[in-house]
Formats: sequence, C-alpha cells, structure tokens
Amino acid sequence: MKSRLEKLKGTCVGIAGCGGLGSNCAMALARAGVGHLVIVDFDVVARENLDRQYYFIDQVGQKKIQALQENLRKVNPDIIVEAHDLRLGPDEVVRVFKDCRVIIEAFDRADMKLMIIETVTERFPDKFIIVGSGLAGYGGNNALRTRRLGNLFICGDETSEVSEELPPLAPRVGVVACLEANQALEIVMDDLEPAGGDDVWDE
Amino acid sequence: MKINLNNKEVSMAGESFSVRELLEMMKYSFPMIVVKVNGHLVKKEDYERIFVGDGDNVEAIHLISGG
Repeated sequence: MKSRLEKLKGTCVGIAGCGGLGSNCAMALARAGVGHLVIVDFDVVARENLDRQYYFIDQVGQKKIQALQENLRKVNPDIIVEAHDLRLGPDEVVRVFKDCRVIIEAFDRADMKLMIIETVTERFPDKFIIVGSGLAGYGGNNALRTRRLGNLFICGDETSEVSEELPPLAPRVGVVACLEANQALEIVMDDLEPAGGDDVWDE
Repeated sequence: MKINLNNKEVSMAGESFSVRELLEMMKYSFPMIVVKVNGHLVKKEDYERIFVGDGDNVEAIHLISGG
C-alpha cells in the first residue's frame, strides 16, 4: 500500500481545462494520492457552473485555477499544484505539460479536443492523452466507456452532444471525469507503454 | 477492397480511397473526428492526402463537445 502511494506521489498529471471534467478529475486524482498536478484554465467560476463543477458558492468570481488549487489543498495540503492562467494552443500545451506523464483533456469544444490529441501525439509520442467525448444529459450508464487507440484513451459515450435540451449535468460529467482519472491511475500504477499492445476495442 | 474499420471488416468496391472519401462513405457526420490508419494519427489537413487500401486498419471516433 505504501509503495502504491509513493508511486502516485511522484507522478505528474496535466489537466487541460478546469470546468466540469477538469475540476472533478483533479479532485479525484488528488484524493487518490497523485502528488503533482498541472492545471490550466483562463476562466472564472460562474454561479451556473455549480451544477457540475467542483466549486462552491463563495468561490463565484474567482479564477478557476485559484479556486481549484484551494479545493485541492483542502484535500491534500502537500500536493504540488502548478496553475497556469492561459488559453491553450499547441505551443502552450508543449510548454506547460512537458513534465507530465499523462495529460487529461478537459475542454468543452470538440475542436480543442482534436487540437490537444494532435499536439500530444505529434510532439509527445511518449506521453498519454486521455479525452472525454460524449457526456451530455442523464441516464445511459452503460453507454459510458473507455476505448484505447495507442497513446490515446477516449472516455464517454461518443454520441451525446451538449445542447439546450441536453445540458451537461453533474452525474454524467462526474462519471466521465472519473473515467479519465481512473485511466490515468491505471497508466501510472501498471506502467502502461504508449505504443505497447494492440488498440483495444470493446465491441 | 477490404479494410478493418473500428475492428469490423468492411468490404468496398474500389482499390483505394482518401480518408476524406472514406469518412463520407461511412457517414461520419460530426465535424471533429480522430482518425488513425494502421496506428498512425491522420491530421484533419491530411484527409485528402492519405489513402486507405486493402488490408488497412482504420480507427475513426467522433469527438463530441461538452466538458
């Protein structure tokens, strides 16, 4: 048990975006014992974020990276949090996540998801990228899953797009955030290799 | 030709298709898709340039907004 915690303590995980996916994923990783997180976001906490994001009413108006850092430290005062207040493009991804073994995509927009997949695959072939895709609405527990394509893991149902009728809600966003966190733990604990093994399909 | 698309064998009339043509034929309708051919990521700007032929292994997954 001790060695497990030691291993996680020495691990650096990057989280791109601190909204519904990023804030919940970061908290899960901190509770599990990951010792070093790099978090990135440019936004501030809004009241309507509280339906799914790991923030509190008294944090409305604060920078998300600041509020999240505060919440992470309440769980683990010893955690190292490197917080960046910026919009991520390919160059920023390379700069801020260079020391992370695993990078977690937690953006809202699909074009940003593709941007980080392309950047990490091209520039960091030895790192893993975990993305969330398809998490709107409620129900459909068994549609939420993870697929592996080499160094890329995709978590979600791959179909449900956020819209007026299908908003992102705490339970499904939380499940996908924790699928991402759980995948990161597996990569670290089981020493997965980015190019190792065949791509895994569940159907 | 026969390709392996998302772990299923798919037969098509023709010798080879660009990634763009393949996605259209397979009715991949969302604008953002991750495509890997034989394990290599194909960037969006290369969809016309990269061709898929008999025996190739293609993976294509929609990226859905929300997070």
